[in-house]
Amino acid sequence: MSEALSDAPEFPMVRGRRPFDPPPELDRRLHDEPVSRVKIWDGSEPWLLTRYEDVRAMLADARVSADTSKAGYPPQSPGIAARRKRAKAFITMDEPEHGAQRRLLTGDFMVKKMERLRPRIQKIVDDLIDDMLAGPKPADLVQAFALPVPSLVICELLGVPYADRAFFHRVSKVLISKDTPPAESLAALEELLAYLGGLVKQKLTDPADDVLSRLATEQVATGAMTVDDVAAMGQLLLVAGHETTANMIALGTAALLEHPDQLAAVRDGDPALVANAVEELLRYLTIVHTGRRRVALEDMEIGGHEIRKGDGLIAASDIANRDEKAFPDPDKLDVTRKARHHVAFGYGVHQCLGQPLARVELQVVYSTLYRRIPTLKLAAPVEELKFKHDMVVYGLHALPVTW
Amino acid sequence: MKVLIDQDRCVGAGQCVLAAPEVFDQREEDGVVVLLQENPPAELHEQVREAAQICPALAIELAD
Ligand code: SF4
Repeated sequence: MSEALSDAPEFPMVRGRRPFDPPPELDRRLHDEPVSRVKIWDGSEPWLLTRYEDVRAMLADARVSADTSKAGYPPQSPGIAARRKRAKAFITMDEPEHGAQRRLLTGDFMVKKMERLRPRIQKIVDDLIDDMLAGPKPADLVQAFALPVPSLVICELLGVPYADRAFFHRVSKVLISKDTPPAESLAALEELLAYLGGLVKQKLTDPADDVLSRLATEQVATGAMTVDDVAAMGQLLLVAGHETTANMIALGTAALLEHPDQLAAVRDGDPALVANAVEELLRYLTIVHTGRRRVALEDMEIGGHEIRKGDGLIAASDIANRDEKAFPDPDKLDVTRKARHHVAFGYGVHQCLGQPLARVELQVVYSTLYRRIPTLKLAAPVEELKFKHDMVVYGLHALPVTW
Repeated sequence: MKVLIDQDRCVGAGQCVLAAPEVFDQREEDGVVVLLQENPPAELHEQVREAAQICPALAIELAD
């Protein structure tokens, strides 16, 4: 039987008064209607999955597609819909293309290589804290620290001049805003691709020890990829590499400042606890709050519902990470809990490629910032903070702090 | 316990290496999983089970 389509609620849903918790309506769905229809901005009505098990099963299912150009795919924003034919990167490809493209990069982000970067990341973090401490109070932790850390790291890794950051920070903000008009979104993408394409060409003749140089010399020079293909890969890494981690740093800090006992545990505890705390904060905050999107390639069944070929699917990882079947007492931030099985990085073959890098960055940040500034506190009440309700990735536009 | 890996499925997310570094490693060139011990001792079983559970690509299988 078909569902009554018209009364599906709008998604994403509005957050309640607790800015660190998923919207109350998502919580209600998890308990009363774990698989249900929602209405998105384009008027279509994809399925919303809220249970941890359903989310994991769907994201690992080869019968669903991540290809944004397939009919029925539920795009996150008009901008993303407009960009879907231009600059395909591996996150919107299916197997076998996805795996082949991703493998060109997996070596660059492997756990051991990221560990080798740890001292460099530590230096970046320490220098930025020195600068912040030497500057005026209150400071905006987003501009002074949260954004520069991952931005510097991903620039070095890719071989993008950090001096150009004002440009790509502006462009990537446009790209991840839910409200950007499609034409503006496409224009921003073209600008970024042209910029990265220019860099790739430069690296073809004058390669350095970075990812873009390697892709230029190994892929473009051999004819396996075009300059534009590499630019598309580069824009994904550049945007994903700093937007997500920056938000985890700022939002995580705000959450810890609101939970002083947890902050004290991170600051004064055994260093091994920091890695655990990072996983718990990833779970608790799940900054990709607009869901992981797919489209069904065949008829299938999820949680007792018949999903038809061409139906859109949204895996709400934020509420799945609050499912008590996977995480007892889920709404409690507990940095000692075992949370490594969270789905904050997604699940299935598309699980975040940069997660080993994000982990090292967050571990260095959380183990350094509060030790070096033990008196760190919010310079404005939490109710007055500007949370990123308007972005595909949740976080804070600014975080005024003092010490 | 016997551990089986499927290198073709692996997406190089490194979760297994974090969960059980004595049992799993990643190939230096492309980050693909490498098995260090096929029959890990009992004290590593819990970590190996966790690795199999969190591997996003379902590339790790356990047999008794
Ligand atoms: S966790 Fe799975 S996908 Fe990730 S490296 Fe290990 S085997 Fe490969």
